[in-house]
Amino acid sequence: MKCPSCLPLPVEPMAKLRFHIRFPEEKIPEPIIYEIGHEYQVVTSIRRADVRETTGWMDIELSGETEEIERAIEGLRHKGVLVDPIELNVVE
Amino acid sequence: MAKMQALMCRECGKEYSTEAVHVCELCFGPLEVKYNYDDIKEKMSRTSVETGPKSLWRYKELLPIEGHPTVGLHAGMTPLIHARNLGAYLGLDNLYVKNDCVNHPTLSFKDRVVAVALTRARELGYETAACASTGNLANSVAAHAAQAGMQCYVFIPGDLEAAKVLGNLIFRPKVVEIEGTYDDVNRLCSEIAGERRWAFVNVNIRPYYAEGSKTLAFEVAEQLGWRAPDHVVVPMASGSLLTKIWKGLNEFKKIGLLKEVSTKVNGAQAEGCSPIATAFKNGRDFFQPVKPDTIAKSLAIGNPADGYYALKTAAESGGAMESVTDDEVIEGINLLAQTEGIFAETAGGVTIGVLRKLAKQGVIKKHEVTVAYITGNGLKTQEAVMNSVGRPYRIPPSLVKFEQTFGQRGAS
Repeated sequence: MKCPSCLPLPVEPMAKLRFHIRFPEEKIPEPIIYEIGHEYQVVTSIRRADVRETTGWMDIELSGETEEIERAIEGLRHKGVLVDPIELNVVE
Repeated sequence: MAKMQALMCRECGKEYSTEAVHVCELCFGPLEVKYNYDDIKEKMSRTSVETGPKSLWRYKELLPIEGHPTVGLHAGMTPLIHARNLGAYLGLDNLYVKNDCVNHPTLSFKDRVVAVALTRARELGYETAACASTGNLANSVAAHAAQAGMQCYVFIPGDLEAAKVLGNLIFRPKVVEIEGTYDDVNRLCSEIAGERRWAFVNVNIRPYYAEGSKTLAFEVAEQLGWRAPDHVVVPMASGSLLTKIWKGLNEFKKIGLLKEVSTKVNGAQAEGCSPIATAFKNGRDFFQPVKPDTIAKSLAIGNPADGYYALKTAAESGGAMESVTDDEVIEGINLLAQTEGIFAETAGGVTIGVLRKLAKQGVIKKHEVTVAYITGNGLKTQEAVMNSVGRPYRIPPSLVKFEQTFGQRGAS
């Protein structure tokens, strides 16, 4: 079995979706973005972030096939990360 | 030179043309309209404002449209009431209530932001208006779209109260109930906004939409006789309204319509959804998102888009933030109704509850000119106060019974 990092990068056309993700305190030391990039065929691009001792957030872009991005999002949620649209709450 | 120079990222400063974009491609920060204030200063004076239309469009030089307004021509210029009775109760001599309960056409401050958003959307060539909402915003978008002859899609959670759904359906938009939670509606709308060429007022049109809130600052300054108040108390959902009131006051100063702005901008939330107020009270410059649980549903935004900027505004202006329980919200609604004859929705109860706390704490002093913003009408959230207002007297159509109930004529 190929290791995840040896899998080919996604081919064009790729979707690019933007998210605001938040880490609970206990998840801050974990290399979650690295893991997601290896476990799913998505490219991760961090644009802004603020990670402190007790809290952390990132604005991140995921590139890849739409279904794979959705799987990666589910993967993030499974790891205990909170995922929102980049606009945060728009329901008002 | 055009008065709107660009859309500018609030984080990295990168500029974009004034189209329907809302997020910086570089850092994903939110975009805001950048104006040419020198040009505006030439065109706008106290006299030009005073002789303008009796609506928010009297301030159109400071609003993000290129031509003449075409949607929401009667929004704004709501009463600023010297609240002497409520002031006496709270120990405040110079208390004012800005009453957007009577805004046109849908009785909330959302008529301001939607008037601006849809006027700009039409300038950008959009034929369909849309929004994600649980109440006031949906009502306003649906009403203005009907008047403007635009197609309209309104996205709501599937478990919304029947009265609120009806308040949208009457204007005949496509009301889309999403089988899921607020978070599901939120995520779906964000995705749809990326797929369809629709004017989603609180997504891709947000930089223009949010500017409409500044008119709540402009009107108050003009109605006070061209002065800025010492304090404002503002309800917070996303936090945008509070930041725009501060921006509006400072714009008036920048173009010379106000000499001095030393207003303390105070924020109000319900305890069941108080991420911004809690962060402020804990001395933090960031907030922890929460799952909302409050009767103040129009403020129930657990992960507020402008929370960080609201915290910054309160700190910069020297203001404070407080939160109140649902019981205090109901008390606030009743207090405003019984002292000033204004029936506010739950957000108004939050504002009055927090005003009361700040007065009691001595944050707001007796002599200081204070404006409390009441942003929506109580007729829309009647269920919140149903159990706190008592029952009618029920008597047969008999004079004897009436007098037995209320005493003999002349007895009281």
